Amino acid sequence: MAELQDKISKKFPGATFEESEMLLINIADAQLHDLVKTLRDEHGFNYLVTIVGMDWKTSLGCVYYLADAAMSRFVSVKTQTEDRDNPMLHSIADLYRIAGILEREVYDFYGIVFIGNPDMRRLFLNIDWKGFPLRKDYDMNDVANAPSIENERQSDLTQTWVELPDGKVERREEIVFKPEDFVVNIGPQHPATHGVLRFRTAVDGETIKKIDVYMGYIHRGVEKLCEDLAYMQTLHFMDRLDYFSAHNYHHGLCLCIEKAAGIEVPQRAVVVRTLMDELSRIASHCLFIGTFCMDLGATTMLFYTLRVREQVLDIMEKTCGARMTFNYDCIGGVMADIHPDFVKDVKALLDTLDKNVAEYNKLFTGNVIAKNRLEGVGVLSHEDALSYAITGPSGRASGWACDVRKLVPYGAYDRVQFEQVVRTEGDSMARFKNRVDEILQSKHIIEQLIDNIPEGDYLAKVPKVLKLPVGHWFQVVEGCRGVFGVYIESDGSNKPYRLKLATPSLNAAAVVDHITRGQKIADLITIGGSMDYIVPDMDR
Amino acid sequence: MDNYTIDNFHSFTEWFDHLLNGCMPGWLATTIECLLVGVGLLLVYAVLALFYILYERKICAYFQCRLGPNRVGPWGLLQSMADAVKMLIKELIELKHIDKFLFALAPYLVIIASMLCFAVLPWGNGLQIINFNIGIFFLIACSSIGVLGILLAGWSSNNKFTLIGALRSGAQMVSYELSVGLSILTMVAFAGTMDVVKIVEAQADHWFIFSAHIPAIIAFVIYMIAGTAETNRGPFDLPEAESELTAGYHTEYSGIHFGFFYLAEYLNLFIVSGVATLMFFGGWMPFRVEGWDGFNEIMGYIPSVVWFLMKAFVLSFVIIWFKWTYPRLRIDQLLSLEWKYLLPINLVNLVLMVIIIWQGWYFGNF
Repeated sequence: MAELQDKISKKFPGATFEESEMLLINIADAQLHDLVKTLRDEHGFNYLVTIVGMDWKTSLGCVYYLADAAMSRFVSVKTQTEDRDNPMLHSIADLYRIAGILEREVYDFYGIVFIGNPDMRRLFLNIDWKGFPLRKDYDMNDVANAPSIENERQSDLTQTWVELPDGKVERREEIVFKPEDFVVNIGPQHPATHGVLRFRTAVDGETIKKIDVYMGYIHRGVEKLCEDLAYMQTLHFMDRLDYFSAHNYHHGLCLCIEKAAGIEVPQRAVVVRTLMDELSRIASHCLFIGTFCMDLGATTMLFYTLRVREQVLDIMEKTCGARMTFNYDCIGGVMADIHPDFVKDVKALLDTLDKNVAEYNKLFTGNVIAKNRLEGVGVLSHEDALSYAITGPSGRASGWACDVRKLVPYGAYDRVQFEQVVRTEGDSMARFKNRVDEILQSKHIIEQLIDNIPEGDYLAKVPKVLKLPVGHWFQVVEGCRGVFGVYIESDGSNKPYRLKLATPSLNAAAVVDHITRGQKIADLITIGGSMDYIVPDMDR
Repeated sequence: MDNYTIDNFHSFTEWFDHLLNGCMPGWLATTIECLLVGVGLLLVYAVLALFYILYERKICAYFQCRLGPNRVGPWGLLQSMADAVKMLIKELIELKHIDKFLFALAPYLVIIASMLCFAVLPWGNGLQIINFNIGIFFLIACSSIGVLGILLAGWSSNNKFTLIGALRSGAQMVSYELSVGLSILTMVAFAGTMDVVKIVEAQADHWFIFSAHIPAIIAFVIYMIAGTAETNRGPFDLPEAESELTAGYHTEYSGIHFGFFYLAEYLNLFIVSGVATLMFFGGWMPFRVEGWDGFNEIMGYIPSVVWFLMKAFVLSFVIIWFKWTYPRLRIDQLLSLEWKYLLPINLVNLVLMVIIIWQGWYFGNF
């Protein structure tokens, strides 16, 4: 890191550095694009983890989290602008394709315009929304944005800000769909969008020309809500993002808070958390297999996979008392000790897994229709997977070994043996097979831990009112769908000043347009299904 | 006419015809007969649909480790009754900006097409509505009217999903009709007649699937695939692919109009199985082996209607089995399956059949 700091400071004399858990580079907006380009091209930081929009009261700005593909090094870049009325920063959408949509999110919440971003519309809020809700001076009174009974206004136009050669910035209008395009509205109420997501799809016969993703139908403003809640209370929302990886997301936020507060978690809790993560993964992938096959018309598969999922949920219910919103991991450990039957039940589950997975493969994976529907459909290249930051099983299907459990081990993952399931085809079949195989890897992990759950406390002593020191922390964990990142900025109080949740589903939805072009309408369902996005996870 | 089975409807219908003609003028007798046939047909149609809905739900439940309907009546037997009543009392939602006439016409076209097909299906020994010398041809012709209804439904709904569904359906049914037609033509060439009664009687000792062996089996497999596609059932249910087009061409229909589409789907399933029974498995003819007179007599004690329905239900089971096992094809794969594989195989098969007939390489004598 020191070497990197030297090189950057030579090339960018204006940059200042802060060393916390990772190197933070402060840079002026004018040099941001060049700096990020240097980091990407010369130092291998080709994975944009997230962009955190920030309001520091005196200034608005962004923190960019970058990593290399192997996640061995992380670096953060901070840039800000003092202009609160007309904040503008330069876009890096040309460097990382995912930045396009992440910048739209920042624009939506903070009103920061990104010069050069080709599509500067709001992302989650509707067009007529007044104000930028995550700014600290936002008027929370609902008079300005009273609930409307009118149809939501929509526009086929988008806007973009272009920097002219003389340095002036000009706003331009661009067209999303031409009047002669045959646009089919798939969603927000549609069986294959797996929630309230909307694809405006321009088609030519059965062939897809362009997709415009509309999201935000179940945007709840979790990040804003968290700013008014104590750290313990913020945890409850993690169940409600990606509800299939509730344990994993809880784990991520707990790790971040524990790291900031310096809390040591008892070993028993560490192992139990890891076990729960992997059980969630099995349940989540089972559900994926079932619903994905159902989308393709093979309805029966859903019932076979739900049998296994049901077994996992029964185990969860005994220990956590819930089947969906478990709320089990908490700061300093876990809420309750495992149920006396836990070990026995988990072993019974593991015994059935091999047989079930073999059955899934026999029924579906080898089927000639399934092969025709999946192979070569929605190919996501390795470069695009990195550029769109598609992580999790989908990213690993494109040949990017991006498993956080292996690359940046947390919990008990450093003491277990398992394989990263990596395929290079990048098509829907690879994404499907990856998830089937990951069930067996999760089984392998659980097998190693289930007989070695350490005795002792399951919860560390944590002060009733937890205050974090001033500073900021970032933590990544492996959710069931990819890398889940948590950013916490604290001003020393018992509430987070800013809590940013970087979720994999947003990226998965953003890439759909890119990989469906030129494919058939039926392939949109295949591709959307194989990306396995969860709508509450992208909307937050 | 030989008595292959204990029931022989010929004598009954002739007796009834004489009875009526004896006590009233000819035109009145014909009108009464037509009315009775019409009412009977409607009843059979409704009962069959109710049965098929329950049949499919129970079968798919067992495939999926469920129990299926089991609350209404013993073993859920009255479930489809309840569904039918629900369907009848539902509101017909009026839509704006649609072609009202065509929109209302479409479901009737679909249901008329499948009803007309019933006219020539031989249900039992002497039990059929009309018997004429081009029965099979009439059946194929009638079943093609159905696609018109589907196209109209999709077009007149003024909805993009229904339009895509209708166009898919048009492409699919026009393509697969070729295969249905050709595989039946293969069997017609073997039978030497299009008269359904003669076709059944020709299979008294050997069902065609045995007597015409290889080409018949090929034709049967193709017929089953194409027939499944003709009825818009999985894995060929693209016109109403629910995960893509919500409900395809009938998205905008409600109440009994939707019910007609639903009904027609199940009845078409029966017709496809019925025609397969007729062309390959001897229709209502009992299972007989030449020379085993005792065995043949015992088989003959089972009524011909039962034979026909049993065979048709078994074949329907196979089609239902397809649906609940396979994922759905994509439109281009569906069309290439037909035009690149089924159609050429079919043409070659027809030639093969002709050679077999010419050389006399078949079992049985006719």
